[in-house]
Amino acid sequence: MAAAMPDTALLLSLLAPLAAAGLLAINTGLSRSRSAAHTATASLCAAGAAVLAYFVCGFALAEPGGGGKWLGSGPFFLTGFDFGDLRASALLPLQIFSVALAAMIPAGTLAERWRLPAVCASSAIFAGWTFPLFSHWAWSGWLSAAGFLDAGGAGAVHAAGGLTALALAWIAGPRRGKFPTSGMPFAMPGHNAVIVLFGCVLALVGWLGLNLSTAALVLRAEPGDLVRAAVNTALSAAAAALAAWIMTRIRFGRPDASLIANGWVGGLVATSASAPFLAPALGVLTGAIAGLLVVFSVELFETRLRVDDPSGGVSVHGIAGLWGLLAAGIWAHAPFGPPAIGQWAAQLAGIATLLGCILPLSYALNWLLDRLLPYRVPPEAERQGMDLSELGAGAYPEFVTHREDLLRR
Amino acid sequence: LRIAGFLLLAAGWAIALAAVTLLGPRSATGAFIIAGIAVEILGFVLFAGAHLPARNGGGDA
Repeated sequence: MAAAMPDTALLLSLLAPLAAAGLLAINTGLSRSRSAAHTATASLCAAGAAVLAYFVCGFALAEPGGGGKWLGSGPFFLTGFDFGDLRASALLPLQIFSVALAAMIPAGTLAERWRLPAVCASSAIFAGWTFPLFSHWAWSGWLSAAGFLDAGGAGAVHAAGGLTALALAWIAGPRRGKFPTSGMPFAMPGHNAVIVLFGCVLALVGWLGLNLSTAALVLRAEPGDLVRAAVNTALSAAAAALAAWIMTRIRFGRPDASLIANGWVGGLVATSASAPFLAPALGVLTGAIAGLLVVFSVELFETRLRVDDPSGGVSVHGIAGLWGLLAAGIWAHAPFGPPAIGQWAAQLAGIATLLGCILPLSYALNWLLDRLLPYRVPPEAERQGMDLSELGAGAYPEFVTHREDLLRR
Repeated sequence: LRIAGFLLLAAGWAIALAAVTLLGPRSATGAFIIAGIAVEILGFVLFAGAHLPARNGGGDA
């Protein structure tokens, strides 16, 4: 059977911005009301800076579908880019949407303490260097040659974004008062669970676009595989949300809306690696395990590793992305057969690259950038809220705020 | 701890990369990749431990 037509894949890729819209809603809803507008603005600015950086040099270095073993050799500024070759050029908008989505992940993790200029600079570095490097390896370079399977970007988009968020969270440190002198971390719940859950539904539509168009354009999947990808994407998200619901009910006595939302997105992320090549039952299993992993990982990072991650981006995108890559190695059946070193070994090589190269690289680049352009707002601005301190106006100006929030204790 | 963790993370990747690029399709390749990931996990633990924040008081939340 022939591979899916590139014009169909192009249309599917136009759904992908809805994933970014969903992520923006999730990031915003999981921040406190005093920083809601800033979190949404930071997410948008991160996407904007990432798209421009990808246009300037990211695409040249990534060069999906071409280039050498280690680095792409495409045109900078898209100079002379051949838009007439639809199969090759349709990858461009898909990559732009993917890099915008990935750049928004750290904006949620560093909500309520990250300055806007630093958001833009860090996102530009991610989209101009880190993302192109790994995406080239995964989709055209040495990892791809070794048989690494990452059909929808579980590694290149989500794990890379999640691990970058972790590096940034380490560099910037936690919000003031998050980890008190004794006892458990201070709970700082998001201000709008409804918008978070709505963002989850938006994300599903966007993910369908991402998973299906990447499978069609990068892996040349057949139309039947695209149908399987759509089914697995929905099944995985559903199973992950229900697994998170059951687990939070067991552990905390009642379901937790934000963790169920995180579980849902974790299921979407996990299925991104191999959605076109999984049996539906395995799609359910992949999602259910992702949902459980997200709940445990959020708790581990907050209580043990003391990483302050308001959106859960490290767990949802980083850990679920790594799990998705591993799951692809365990039970996915790629149409071109298993690679010479074995599918599981190829997947582990990709995971090793994300942990041992992308995480330290992101950390080093952002550590240097933090020295030039400090990431954190001053303590007074953080106490006042990012909306007033950085934007000059709150997201909800007609709300009555708690006066004690604005007064020094 | 931070530098040691950083170096172990990079060293683990170097082992995995060398296994894939130098050994090719041999049975030992997978074992070397697993060894590389084990080194990375050790590095991650050290790196994460070096970033545990000082407890900074809960009055300003």
